[in-house]
Amino acid sequence: MMEFTNKTALEIGQMIKNKEVSSVEVTKDMLQNIKARDEKVNAFVTVFEEDALKQAEEVQAKIDSGELNSPLAGVPMGIKDNICTKDRLTTCGSKMLYNFKPPYNAAVTDKLEKAGAVVLGKLNMDEFAMGGSTETSYFGSTGNPWDVTRVPGGSSGGSAAAVAAEEVTYALGSDTGGSIRQPCSFCGVSGIKPTYGAVSRYGLVAFASSLDQIGPVGRDIKDCAEVLSVISGHDPKDSTSVKRPVFDFSSCFDGDLKGMKIGIPTNYFGKGLDEDVKKPVLEAAETLKKLGAEIEEFEMNIVDYAIPAYYVLACAEASSNLSRYDGIKYGYRKRDCEDLMEVYLTSRSEGFGMEVKRRIMLGSFVLSSGYYDAYYNKSLKVRGLIKKSFDEAFEKYDMILSPVAPTTAYKIGENSSDPLKMYLGDIYTVSVNLAGIPAVSVPCGFGAEGMPVGMQLIGNAFEESKLVKAAYAFQKATDFHTKKPEMVKGGNN
Amino acid sequence: MNYQMVVGLEVHVELSTKSKIFCSCTTEFGGEPNTHVCPVCSGMPGVLPVLNKKVVDFAIRAGLATNCEITRYNKFDRKNYFYPDLPKAYQVSQLYLPICRNGKVEIDVNGEKKYIGIHEIHMEEDAGKLVHDPWDDCTLVDYNRCGVPLLEIVSEPDFRSADEVIAYLTKLRETMMYLGVSDCKMQEGSMRADVNISVMPVGSNKFGTRTEMKNMNSFKAIYKAINYEAQRQIELLESGGVVTQETRRWDDNKDASFAMRSKENAQDYRYFPEPDLLPIEISDEWIQNTVDNMPELPEAKRARYIKEFGLSEYDASVITAERQVAYIFEDATKICGKPKEVCNYVMGELMRLMSETGTLAEELEMDPAKIAQIIELVTSGKINRTAAKEVFEAVFKENVDPDKYIEEHDLVMVDNSDEVEAIITKVINDNPKSIEDLKAGKAKARGFLVGQTMKALKGKANPQTVNKILDEKLAEIL
Repeated sequence: MMEFTNKTALEIGQMIKNKEVSSVEVTKDMLQNIKARDEKVNAFVTVFEEDALKQAEEVQAKIDSGELNSPLAGVPMGIKDNICTKDRLTTCGSKMLYNFKPPYNAAVTDKLEKAGAVVLGKLNMDEFAMGGSTETSYFGSTGNPWDVTRVPGGSSGGSAAAVAAEEVTYALGSDTGGSIRQPCSFCGVSGIKPTYGAVSRYGLVAFASSLDQIGPVGRDIKDCAEVLSVISGHDPKDSTSVKRPVFDFSSCFDGDLKGMKIGIPTNYFGKGLDEDVKKPVLEAAETLKKLGAEIEEFEMNIVDYAIPAYYVLACAEASSNLSRYDGIKYGYRKRDCEDLMEVYLTSRSEGFGMEVKRRIMLGSFVLSSGYYDAYYNKSLKVRGLIKKSFDEAFEKYDMILSPVAPTTAYKIGENSSDPLKMYLGDIYTVSVNLAGIPAVSVPCGFGAEGMPVGMQLIGNAFEESKLVKAAYAFQKATDFHTKKPEMVKGGNN
Repeated sequence: MNYQMVVGLEVHVELSTKSKIFCSCTTEFGGEPNTHVCPVCSGMPGVLPVLNKKVVDFAIRAGLATNCEITRYNKFDRKNYFYPDLPKAYQVSQLYLPICRNGKVEIDVNGEKKYIGIHEIHMEEDAGKLVHDPWDDCTLVDYNRCGVPLLEIVSEPDFRSADEVIAYLTKLRETMMYLGVSDCKMQEGSMRADVNISVMPVGSNKFGTRTEMKNMNSFKAIYKAINYEAQRQIELLESGGVVTQETRRWDDNKDASFAMRSKENAQDYRYFPEPDLLPIEISDEWIQNTVDNMPELPEAKRARYIKEFGLSEYDASVITAERQVAYIFEDATKICGKPKEVCNYVMGELMRLMSETGTLAEELEMDPAKIAQIIELVTSGKINRTAAKEVFEAVFKENVDPDKYIEEHDLVMVDNSDEVEAIITKVINDNPKSIEDLKAGKAKARGFLVGQTMKALKGKANPQTVNKILDEKLAEIL
């Protein structure tokens, strides 16, 4: 059996097109990788073995007949388990939805399957995307392929780990406060958190509606850009999706950064940032400079308020979004209850995990009468100010360079009993969601213990192409993104 | 002490859009349980609402008709509470920026006119229905009604009697039906009211503690409930008690209200702006377009009928009481150009048949063109009025074609003077006694001869033709 190590999704797509390999062969190979590695990694909640093989056959037939010729046709991939897949399990990493099979596809699932994607299965995540380590999943924590005793980050930990372990060629994740970028940083893979409204949220099980956005996780930025161009664009089923054409990144791959101005917010490099992370990110700034970019430091103080504002708003929306899981219509339900109240109380008490319950309580509290202005409204104001300071920054700079997370991947269990410490791990990512702007996370080095480090490039709304251009130039000049964890290097033997 | 009641209303009106407020499911009433549902209106995970623009159109219409200001930048909010008929566990409604504000509606109680203030009108979605199955002792839920668009019309506490409340509700219902925004079928719950009521000493301007009765859907029950509740509160105060702020349930069978839940147990709805929907911005063009397409309201119609068609005030108000009837009248008039004739048929035949068959105005399927056709048949002398009544009934009940019907039922008047002459000659010959009487100056005998002629012609002779020929014949004899 052939191995596709060192091959990107686009390269595999090209091989399929050239008839060097069939979609079924690649799919079988990936399923083999899953069988060999996922016992340790636990990136998957559900593997659609039969469905995927059938899908690969169908897609191959369409490629052969010329009906399908998109660059990703026939390439196997994985989907985060909060994105609906019609008639296939979609659990959100929760006991509450352990048996839920939606009768509809998410808009992104439809778009990818139409472009010939082969869906290998559903990827593990923090329960309802609440967490930064994939430890809150009802289906067990995911191991980081670089060291399975460490977390892969979260909440899209399964997506990043599956790509790093080469169990999938690329994956979809979702990002509400850093949930694509931070696991990409922890697992040494690339990812894009698109502008709010660039990708339809229809069929993405909501955590915080005004912050959630689906995005790609891949082996390099070019793969991510290709996936994003497939899934982006207006969707009449999502009122918050913006009416504009799908992204076209074709002019982004020249490797030249001349004339590009990149700002570095000094506040992002102060107390709390591990030297392990700081060093590679500042080195990355030097690399970008060598590629022709102009680098300048600046202040962005308002970001200090991002964490509290984010947790107030995200939890408020979550408390409402998660109210529908009441044991009445679908999902987990406690049987043999005496009355309605008992159905509600026991189904929700037993169906949700600790972190989800903590956030529902927090969110219900900040929305309750008498507290609304002090918390929710004040946070909205902070959100407005954050947006404003980004607007000001983008008057001067094409993009902003920052760390993704203050640390590299930590040990499983190390932070799970300290929610505040967990929340502070989101310090460099949440303001991007509050402002609704795009950001990418790409590998830029390794920490002292050999764990990957990512850097974050933040752009103005709908200026994803600038970010892709810079990230591509960086990856062309460096080889961090091509490094493999031991388990992949060794093959399946 | 003498007391004065103070009442405020929250009226819910289901909009008659074809599809629901946030999805494309039908709004049709009834249907097998859970057949008018989709992932969106049944609140499945990951689905998103898309606003039906027609709902906003209807809300603007309702706002303009009740003299409201239209909020140019308005938003939806979520009202959070758990109940099995609410699949998302929140209702999308408008709290902070409702679409219409500060309106007023004029009412008339026994000739006394008064304005009732409209605090606001907001758009929201309806919930489903719980059905208790006594056989299995379980409760089932039907989501068909989930997501049917509603307007909630919130009045100021301006009512001082149950009569005022009924006058307002009647006016509001008539207005909403004319606007085409709702069919206001009370029995199907497409118009229902929450009644807030308190009492205070006459002359006071400090309102008492109020109670609320929710979801009332009959004018009669509302009238009774208001008077009952005012009396209950007065007796309570008179006996030294205090009114507690609470929700009460009106039991129409027992003619009494019962406490349901007190203010202490009131829900905290944790309202916040709905993040899945964009704010609605209403442009000048949108409002102007609504104004331009605004249907004529009953008052304007009445005035026009009196002026343009010469109807009496009474006739005009009877005809405009129901929108469907007024439309039938107008359309038929437009075709035949005989408003008074049409008015006679509508007030006489149509309303008689409606009451005999228990047909509601909104169920009427009477084709105005056929009414015009019947009037033409009468005025052109093709059928007489007796036959016209028969045709009218057949059109009402079976929607027959009038021309075909009168042929098939042999109702066409005999206009052939030869045939009439032959019959008259025979009648004269057969009744020598009448001729004698006539010769003796007994004019009554002529009527008898007319009657005999009509009888022989089975009532379908044109009376003018009969009179003319009979006169000619008698002139020859006498």
